[in-house]
Amino acid sequence: MHAPTTTFAARVAVAIHDQRLQAALDRASGGFVAKRAALVDALPEFEALRERARTVKEHVLSNLDGYLLRYEAEVVRQGGHVHWAATDAEARQIILDICKAAGAKTVTKGKSMVSEEIGLNDALEAAGYQVVETDLGEYIIQLAKEPPSHIIVPAVHKTRAQVADLFEEHHRPLGYTRHLTEVSEMVNEARQVLRGHYFKADVGITGGNFLVAETGSSVIVTNEGNGDLTQTLARVHIVTTGIERVVPTLDDVTTFLRLLARSATGQETETYTTFSTGPRRVNAEQSGEHSGEHSSEHGSEHSDVDGPQEYHVVLVDNGRSKMLGGAFREMLRCIRCGACLNHCPVYTSIGGHAYGWVYPGPMGSVLTPLINGIDNAYDLPNACTLNGRCQTVCPVKIPLPGLLRELRRQQFETGLTPWPIRTALQAWAWVAQRPALYHALMRIGIPLLSLVGRKQGVLHALPLAGGWTDTRDLPAPQGGTFQQAWKAQNGARS
Amino acid sequence: MNPAAPSGRDRVLAQIRQSLRRAAQDEQAVAPLAGAGPRPAFSGDVVERFVDKMREKAASVERLASLADVGAAVARYVAAVPAGPALRVSRALAGIDWPSTLTVQRGAAVREDETSVTPCFAAVAESGGIVTLSGADTPSTLNFVPDTHIVVVHASQVVAHFEDLWAQWRATGQPMPRTVNIISGPSRTADIEQTIQLGAHGPRRLHILLVAS
Amino acid sequence: MRVGLFVTCLADLMRPSVAFAAVKLLQDAGCEVVVPEAQTCCGQPALNSGDSGDTRQIAQRVIQAFEGFEAVVGPSGSCMGTIKHDYPALFVDDPVWRARAEDLSRRSHELLSFLVDVLKFDAVAARFDGRVTYHDSCAGLREMGVKGQPRKLLAGVSGMQLVEMQGTEECCGFGGTFCVKYPDISTKMVDDKIAHIQASGAAAVLGGDLGCLLNIAGRIQRRGLPIRVLHTAEVLAGMGASPSIGEPGQAPPAGPGHAGQPQPS
Repeated sequence: MHAPTTTFAARVAVAIHDQRLQAALDRASGGFVAKRAALVDALPEFEALRERARTVKEHVLSNLDGYLLRYEAEVVRQGGHVHWAATDAEARQIILDICKAAGAKTVTKGKSMVSEEIGLNDALEAAGYQVVETDLGEYIIQLAKEPPSHIIVPAVHKTRAQVADLFEEHHRPLGYTRHLTEVSEMVNEARQVLRGHYFKADVGITGGNFLVAETGSSVIVTNEGNGDLTQTLARVHIVTTGIERVVPTLDDVTTFLRLLARSATGQETETYTTFSTGPRRVNAEQSGEHSGEHSSEHGSEHSDVDGPQEYHVVLVDNGRSKMLGGAFREMLRCIRCGACLNHCPVYTSIGGHAYGWVYPGPMGSVLTPLINGIDNAYDLPNACTLNGRCQTVCPVKIPLPGLLRELRRQQFETGLTPWPIRTALQAWAWVAQRPALYHALMRIGIPLLSLVGRKQGVLHALPLAGGWTDTRDLPAPQGGTFQQAWKAQNGARS
Repeated sequence: MNPAAPSGRDRVLAQIRQSLRRAAQDEQAVAPLAGAGPRPAFSGDVVERFVDKMREKAASVERLASLADVGAAVARYVAAVPAGPALRVSRALAGIDWPSTLTVQRGAAVREDETSVTPCFAAVAESGGIVTLSGADTPSTLNFVPDTHIVVVHASQVVAHFEDLWAQWRATGQPMPRTVNIISGPSRTADIEQTIQLGAHGPRRLHILLVAS
Repeated sequence: MRVGLFVTCLADLMRPSVAFAAVKLLQDAGCEVVVPEAQTCCGQPALNSGDSGDTRQIAQRVIQAFEGFEAVVGPSGSCMGTIKHDYPALFVDDPVWRARAEDLSRRSHELLSFLVDVLKFDAVAARFDGRVTYHDSCAGLREMGVKGQPRKLLAGVSGMQLVEMQGTEECCGFGGTFCVKYPDISTKMVDDKIAHIQASGAAAVLGGDLGCLLNIAGRIQRRGLPIRVLHTAEVLAGMGASPSIGEPGQAPPAGPGHAGQPQPS
């Protein structure tokens, strides 16, 4: 559970006036939108891939228990461990227990939205572990002590000068004293600093874009290769992922991989796609009955010579199994590509921090109320024009506007809608159901309004309509209503 | 642990079944989904497409007539980077005549390694990508730790689509290795001001030596 | 064909000339146009605010009022989208009303796409001098498939030069109650839209939905910009010279000489 301490309105006001943020959002989203569009144009099978992806996900959701059990059996067969966390607190405890049993000191992390959802880093740090994010964007915001502002490019709101300052402050104790100006220098320095951490990490935690039931594999995609260094060099590899990420076969995951990079970053594929199955193999000729505990420094002729000795998958539920049975089941198809954010005019106007939690944009506006409680996030489903662009680009065809409207319906039913809005709506609806009364009122009201606004053609202020008239004029009505004029011309006709 | 308290596993599965409004279903009972996903169609030679895609993704490709040319090609490439003469080479890459100017080490990669040379299991033409399977002779650290990763690809190893790759793996009858890596270029990031930089964490350079069959 | 005109509350109250233009176009295309008096609003404000109870009741009124017409046509992708796509789902548990809602849905059309796709109408005889650009309203575009049809009709307007702006499909920030609940965001979105209009060099912007047009015109007027804003139907019906939305001046004549009688060209 997470309740923000600031209001949505306050966060929006800050974001709208932040020129640097606005420029960064324009650049990032504009780039992703254009690149994605070009790739979609170049791939005639794109629509068929979306439909197949939707079908596979729905099939998995209807058989989620069976697929998770199959996945678990395969992981165990290959020498890995599967842990089931019903809540975020249980997930944190499982991971703390694994780190403790491993005698860990340093934990490196590849990008995992789920780990942020469960508040993992704070828990690890509170327990005394050194935690290092290795995805460059996540590393930057970790240094800045900020939440991500985009699920794919979490530091999109940072300028290079801001990054240079962060690096200077935090890398100085490690012996890096230059103040950098070029992006290439900063990436280079981060590379060196993070290598230091990779090689001394005891535990490496990554997310899992997909889980493959056929083989018991977790799949990550990165451009940087940080996820691979994180999981390969540490003694213990922990995968944190949502229960909804399982897909049936390697061929099925291929469908999703074809959609993911195109939708997320406007690339055909990301640089590295990695399928991880179990810990380093010991005496690989035998079946995976042994865990990594018996491996020696050199290994036998058939043992792996690198890779983690332990492989753990933490399956996080945190409300997903409950969503499965209700009106929001379709949200579980989400593959966290970020296309909806990039195409959302509200997200590109306010950025990720305004959403108050780890998931921004349309998908965040659905997930945050569902995971954190509808009463904790009144504004998110409402700060949307229902323009529908998100739905047209979602690779798994989630009906996001419909889900947002359903959240609004639940807010209304549970009395969360502010009373002035409720009252105004119900007054309008009451009159609208009584055409004779409606027309009578409008016959008086409309000519009045048009009289007031006739000279200038607009009304500059209107009681109760400050939200409009603070920044806009209201075009004046044309004199009378259409129905009035029509009736005058044609006589009453029903 | 209290044996009477349901485990996290029990509770998650119970809630799933409650949501789906049915009784338990073990993993054998799932009827597989019919059909297959569409494959991006393309025309032309798969090897040519593979080469084009790798170059598009900032890998470099050199075509060689035979395996006998690999040693000299590696020496030339390494000198041009420029990088030192020490190589970390996969034990599975056999039959190479290494020039005496180069030193060849085996085993897992260490932090100081500048250059690695590996074979691959397959290469995919659809969107580019070389595929490696980890193992005793093919440690995956060779793919990620050094600054430069050189891959020897035989033209006969190039397949059209990812489904062909999976079919090929299944045909080997081997269990899944610890990792399958699909690598389509050098490491990159755009996390600072959306400016693309190569060599974020993984290798700065990916060089393909494509040996004709 | 006997067509029931869905006026839309915004046209009825704020800009009757849009409804008169719709009538004229439909009549020119050979339809008999009837305007059921028992209509007020499609119920979208209630629907989008989660008030499904009130929405259902309004929908029932609309369904009743428009029974029996071969086609129900309105000058708004957003209102007609609500009627066509959202009404049936309101009656999930009521098979009788659901069937009636689905029947209305099948007969419901947005005006411009109805003229082109159903009536194959192309006899536009209007004139409008100058450079205009087009705003693709979200609901019309994504719910009702309105994209090429207005452009096809506008191609028949003599003197007009239609230039496409950047971001024609980007939301203008109206979004119904969104624009008054989240004015900061809405104003930024409409300013972005206006920037695109200005960059296109057009002297006027046209669109198919009054919500969008009132929003864009309202901001243009407040900023004192010399850009005219008109509904596509008005231009097609030869009313392009009248005061545009937000401009001061005489309201277009709504008396004899308009709907129901032949227009001198």
